[in-house]
Amino acid sequence: MTELDMSTQETPVTVSVTIDGNVVQARPGELIIEVAERAGVFIPRFCYHPRMEPVGVCRMCLVEVSGPRGFSLQPSCYLHVAEGQEVITNSPKARKAQEGVLEFLLVNHPLDCPVCDKGGECPLQDQTMAHGPGETRFIEQKRHWPKPIDIGPLVSLDRERCIQCARCTRFASEVAGEALIDFAFRSSEIEVAPFALEPFSSYFAGNTVQICPVGALTAPPYRFKSRPWDLEQAESTCEGCAVGCRTVAQSSAGALVRYLGVDVDGVNQSWLCDKGRYGFEAVHASNRLSLPLLNRGEELEESTWHDALLAVSDSVQEALREYGPSSIAFIGGARLTNEDAFAFAKLAKAVIGTDSVDAQLGDGLPAELVLGLPRATINEAVKAKVVIVLNQDLREELPVLFLRLRRSVVEKSTAVIDCSSVTTSLSKYATSVRYVPGDLARVVALISGESNVDALGLDQDQIELAKMRLSAAGLGDGGEGLVIVCGRGDLGESASIVASAAATLHRLFPKARFLSALRRANVHGALDMGLAPGMLPGRVTFEERSDALVRAWGPMPAERGSDAIGTLEAAAQGKIKVLFTLGADVLSDVPDRDLAKRALAKVPTVIAIATHHDSTTSAATVVLPVAGEGERSGTVTNIEGRVAPTTQKIVPPGVSWPAWMVAAEIARKIGSDLGFESLFEISEEIAALAPAYHGVNLGLANSDARREGVVVPVGPVAIDIRSRPLDPIATPGISSVEEQGAPIRLGKTARATLAGDAGLESSGGLQRLVRALGAAPLVVAPRADSYTYRLSIRRTLYDQGTLVQSSSSLAPLRAPFALRVHPQELARLGVKDGEELMIRTSRLAIRVNVIADADLARQVVVLGARAEEAGTFGAFDLIDAQELVVDVRLESI
Amino acid sequence: MITNAAPIVTRRMGYEDSHKLSRYLETGGYDGFKKALTMSREDVADQVNRASLLGRGGAGFPAGRKWSMLRSATTSYLVINGDESEPATFKDHLLVERDPHQIIEGALICAYAIGASQIFIFCRGEFALGLERLQQACNEAYEIGAIGKSIFGSSFSIDLVIHPGAGAYICGEETALLESLEGKRGFPRIKPPFFPAVQGLYGAPTVVNNIETMSNLPWIVLNGGDAFAALGEGSSTGTRLFALSGRVNRPGWYELEMSKTTFRDLIFDPTLGAGVKEGRALKAFIPGGVSAPWFGPGELDLGLDQDAVGKAGSMLGSGSVVVMDESTCVVRAAWRITRFFSRESCGQCTPCREGGGWLEQILRRIEEGKGRETDLDLLMDVCDNLAPGLTWPPQQTTICVLGPSIPSSIASSIRMFRDEYHAHIREGRCPMGSR
Amino acid sequence: MAHLNSENLERATRLIALYPKDRSALIPLCHLAQSQDGFLTEEAIQDIAELVGVTPAEVYGTATFYDMLHTEPVGKYVFAMCTNIACLLNGAFELLEHAQHRLGVHVGQTTKDGMFTIEEAECLAACDTAPCIQVNHRFFGPLAAESFDALVGDLESGRLDDVVPPHGVLSRVERSVGLVADTENEVAR
Ligand SMILES: Cc1cc2nc3c(=O)[nH]c(=O)nc-3n(C[C@H](O)[C@H](O)[C@H](O)COP(=O)(O)O)c2cc1C
Ligand code: SF4
Ligand code: FES
Repeated sequence: MTELDMSTQETPVTVSVTIDGNVVQARPGELIIEVAERAGVFIPRFCYHPRMEPVGVCRMCLVEVSGPRGFSLQPSCYLHVAEGQEVITNSPKARKAQEGVLEFLLVNHPLDCPVCDKGGECPLQDQTMAHGPGETRFIEQKRHWPKPIDIGPLVSLDRERCIQCARCTRFASEVAGEALIDFAFRSSEIEVAPFALEPFSSYFAGNTVQICPVGALTAPPYRFKSRPWDLEQAESTCEGCAVGCRTVAQSSAGALVRYLGVDVDGVNQSWLCDKGRYGFEAVHASNRLSLPLLNRGEELEESTWHDALLAVSDSVQEALREYGPSSIAFIGGARLTNEDAFAFAKLAKAVIGTDSVDAQLGDGLPAELVLGLPRATINEAVKAKVVIVLNQDLREELPVLFLRLRRSVVEKSTAVIDCSSVTTSLSKYATSVRYVPGDLARVVALISGESNVDALGLDQDQIELAKMRLSAAGLGDGGEGLVIVCGRGDLGESASIVASAAATLHRLFPKARFLSALRRANVHGALDMGLAPGMLPGRVTFEERSDALVRAWGPMPAERGSDAIGTLEAAAQGKIKVLFTLGADVLSDVPDRDLAKRALAKVPTVIAIATHHDSTTSAATVVLPVAGEGERSGTVTNIEGRVAPTTQKIVPPGVSWPAWMVAAEIARKIGSDLGFESLFEISEEIAALAPAYHGVNLGLANSDARREGVVVPVGPVAIDIRSRPLDPIATPGISSVEEQGAPIRLGKTARATLAGDAGLESSGGLQRLVRALGAAPLVVAPRADSYTYRLSIRRTLYDQGTLVQSSSSLAPLRAPFALRVHPQELARLGVKDGEELMIRTSRLAIRVNVIADADLARQVVVLGARAEEAGTFGAFDLIDAQELVVDVRLESI
Repeated sequence: MITNAAPIVTRRMGYEDSHKLSRYLETGGYDGFKKALTMSREDVADQVNRASLLGRGGAGFPAGRKWSMLRSATTSYLVINGDESEPATFKDHLLVERDPHQIIEGALICAYAIGASQIFIFCRGEFALGLERLQQACNEAYEIGAIGKSIFGSSFSIDLVIHPGAGAYICGEETALLESLEGKRGFPRIKPPFFPAVQGLYGAPTVVNNIETMSNLPWIVLNGGDAFAALGEGSSTGTRLFALSGRVNRPGWYELEMSKTTFRDLIFDPTLGAGVKEGRALKAFIPGGVSAPWFGPGELDLGLDQDAVGKAGSMLGSGSVVVMDESTCVVRAAWRITRFFSRESCGQCTPCREGGGWLEQILRRIEEGKGRETDLDLLMDVCDNLAPGLTWPPQQTTICVLGPSIPSSIASSIRMFRDEYHAHIREGRCPMGSR
Repeated sequence: MAHLNSENLERATRLIALYPKDRSALIPLCHLAQSQDGFLTEEAIQDIAELVGVTPAEVYGTATFYDMLHTEPVGKYVFAMCTNIACLLNGAFELLEHAQHRLGVHVGQTTKDGMFTIEEAECLAACDTAPCIQVNHRFFGPLAAESFDALVGDLESGRLDDVVPPHGVLSRVERSVGLVADTENEVAR
């Protein structure tokens, strides 16, 4: 099926066909195999995949179809239904054809099911059991291949098992857009092969393993880990990044062993990136916390919840007594569930009375902007006329969003304008505007046709081209049909510049929608729950707080608090006495490490609520272990504002608690009460008190609509969000798989009301704040002199982050830490590709290896966000949070 | 009976230098094209319709009808199929090496009639000399203004590109050929769309015609479609270039008026095949390339006529006739042909990819004397899974007709020579001493 | 980039210009690379991928589909010996036997001196000269043991050098012009 057919709009049910004698209604353009499936007739198949173009090569799905010249055998995965068509799937002729194909497939297929990863969930095995020839008629030599080969870091191929269905090769070229594997040779010698000098290392390689119908492609991380019949599983939502892909988490003997993508039309359409697929390994990493830790002076020692919480309440109460609530602050929370985040927001703002709470770590965007801009859904983005991407490399930040967007650009007419300081993974599909960090706001103003904007030093041609693209796209008035993707793809360019750019676009195109590209898993949920200064749960500002909330939460903090950077600055001046870090490694994640260090050195009591040991927990006074992904239930909210359940599958290590319980206990210990005893009670309170989440509680999130999630705020528009059939081959035995046969539920009201699209106008207060931002003068960084280079600091998917580094499969894949410089500049400096040089800021100088990159503008240099080794100097040491950009000098050594 | 109809496509073969431009021009070269340029496109197409010229590539589809199916579009292509790889077929090879200009002229006439935007001649890669002569002829045609801008002063302009194949039988199948011409693996395209005329090269409407089909056009335009239709009988009009090989005294190519001549004439007439080698008896013959079911002595008197051969349960196909004599081991012959198909399968479809190899192994086993009594039924049933019902023309479980062609030799030889197969199995060796 | 030498790079650009889509030149470029190196090297594959805008995996996958394109080294002379039906009926296997004996290598192998490679071929479309073979795609037949040995001798002695170029060289006649018509002959149908 093409993206096009994935439309969630309801198409008229017009064609009527007869399948095995029963008349069935179908949409024009539907494939026979799909219609039959809906009618409860499951036609065996191997090469067909609902999210890829049918090729009809395996021939397993042959059925008799009536045509001008009578009945003939046709591949039901390829033929579209036609009015009056008659389909027979079970005639002797059809059966013989199908059983014939099955026998042919077995001719060269090894009989090693007992040792095959796929054994037990293998459609070929199942088909053979069901319809296969009793004993084989094949007594000749089977085709022999040398044993399995690793075709990529996370994929190995057993060519003897391959049935040449072309699912993997089609995925690589059609879906991922990087044909790193293809068929080689011919006839029965045909094999899937990468090019000898270029392994199959793709962020999306894991999908080929998932969709391989047999055990030909296997993933080293799962190999021999379990047998299908030992697997327990639960549908959940990936917390690898903020796209929120639907997954099924599978465990065996109490440990997570495999994640599979589940098909959600609006989000991942069954795909996952390898970070999301294998990141669960971090859950079982050796650096997991399992006991509370307490530092009574010398060093952290293992402790008990009782003592640890006592220490917390003592320090909190003392701080309140001596310095008042604003001496207490919270940083982090983007990896918590909504319920956890809500609990901490309430603890901070209602119980302790501080507003210095921030789920972001200075690496995001102002909360009022993220929450105030009109939201777009992913489906809206891929169907938009134009998508403007603001300095993001989406493949590195939000991989599956990149997949969806890339495909819509290739298969449909979506135009992408890529405003970036470097070439990104979308560039080759896009109209690109390259600029030097600091100029983003100017660039967007100019391409939107703003006059009286200084265009000095910008690439006129590129801007003109983008301008034409935009005006030629036929946008509706107010920029209807335009979607803007904005986040912090370049940490070298300050949030205020990106905010200025986004708000300006909003001013110029009030009808344009925005898709936030903040990447930490539940950052949007945390902000929604009020983990941001000046904000309250449900995307409302302090001023807008409802009486209901006041009644439930009591008095609110007297003064507006500060964001993460503000808090750290206050801390550095000794004004913060107690600092809670919520699953945030402040010392390595804040893009101004110098500030973070100075701050933490000055804070008497740092309370780290975390899942893993990291540089911040080791510097903390109290460390409280909490449950992580797969260990606790709740909901998370993705970039669209889609609320979906994350599900507990295993028990957390040691005595870790769900985070919300920690908040509740702390409240109790300081003589108050959050007012809820259970997860469900929290979700009830959210549904009642958080305007944007009105009516959206756990029960609902886990209801019938669970696979689609619920986009909040729930709109009035009722549209059909029918779920696509899953690919039973790729997701064996998942509850939703069994639903395949069931008729598609069209506009069923229960679902419909939940299905309202996003972008219900945000609260008036937020709109005012965003308008103010847009009305303010453009934020532009002054140009630097010709000896100065401007640093672009970019994340790669596999970096030094705790998640990746704690996943044994991913850790080795992290990108090398090196500075990319234009070759001519390297020549000027007399430094060769691969050598080291000194990179100097006003603060310090560090040595880095260089990589020549001719794609770069000459005055731009690029550094990965993460240090080579945690704890060593890295890009974040070069950033001064007060500056708009990072200007550096380069010196040879 | 052999009529003395004058040769059409081989009329220059008498000359040593038939491939040279000078000789070509001396013998009326490009006159047909020049004449066509003075006619309207419709008239040219009409002449070809009147000639009711059947495609010579194997499928025997009327050329005129094919052209008329062309979807109207700003861009359309003409692709000449010169991949000739059907075993025992060597007529296009002859035409490429000995009369390349005639092919080019035919192609230009066709391109004019259908209003093509560009011509590609896909020539089998193994024809190194043929490629050189085609390219030479192409360069010369550009020089004399037969190809290029405002050709011969007319308003008609077109470019022609000689494209070398790289060795894969399946690329003769027109949609595989187009894939190959697009620089891809030669995977035949799944149907629908059924005709390149609807969706061909780069998705644009495209006419694919065989080299011999093209070679007939200059003559047809010069002499009129009716003159062509006057030759032959019924739907099989004109002359046709037959390739005779195997156990005959005078193997070679013979251009004969269709229908009038019989297989017996072709094989035994002293001026043609001149009989079976060493005076042996004819055991069987293949009437139209190895995709065609075999015939026995009983069918010798059939005319070289598309419909007649079709009715008799086989096909004239690519017009190549292979003679087997009494010393021939039919199992070995069937095995070698089957191995050909299994090697040349593109590998997309399970039945063809796996079935071909399986059948080949069974046949080899029988030939080597390791056959089992059950093997013949097994062979027939596996064949049935490739061509359900083993009817003629065959039904198929695959994307293209290579799959269902595999059973042709096997099923027909088993039907005709069951005893010889049994003898192999019984005696545990080849009774013919494997020849 | 640039394993292909400069003349061949120019040829490559001219070839690509002949087609509406670059990828169509993929196979001609593979032939070109083989004419330079005798077979299709990994470096050439990378060049071609870059030239026509596909991945090396796609070039490799496409090239290996075709019998004439070799991704492994072969001899200076490749004997393609047909054993298909017409040749079979006229002693092709016997000739193949002899050839393997004479050259001391099996089908698919190359003589130690790197001179000769034997391949079993499918029908070469020269059945009237059965049993026939090709040497670097130049035809010879009908052949018997003696005439085969003589052929080997001629090749070794270089007597056939202008008839049989080294393996990989296909057409020695180059196209003399690029595209000139620049037209779309539109017709109402
Ligand atoms: C397996 C297979 C191989 C074929 N090989 C050739 C071939 O070598 N030459 C050819 O002209 N047609 C061949 N054909 C037929 C072509 O598909 C197509 O029908 C023909 O080129 C059309 O030209 P025509 O109408 O002039 O005959 C082959 C078909 C199949 C199924
Ligand atoms: S039938 Fe055989 S040759 Fe034809 S497409 Fe299928 S696999 Fe390829
Ligand atoms: S041919 Fe239909 S599923 Fe493979």
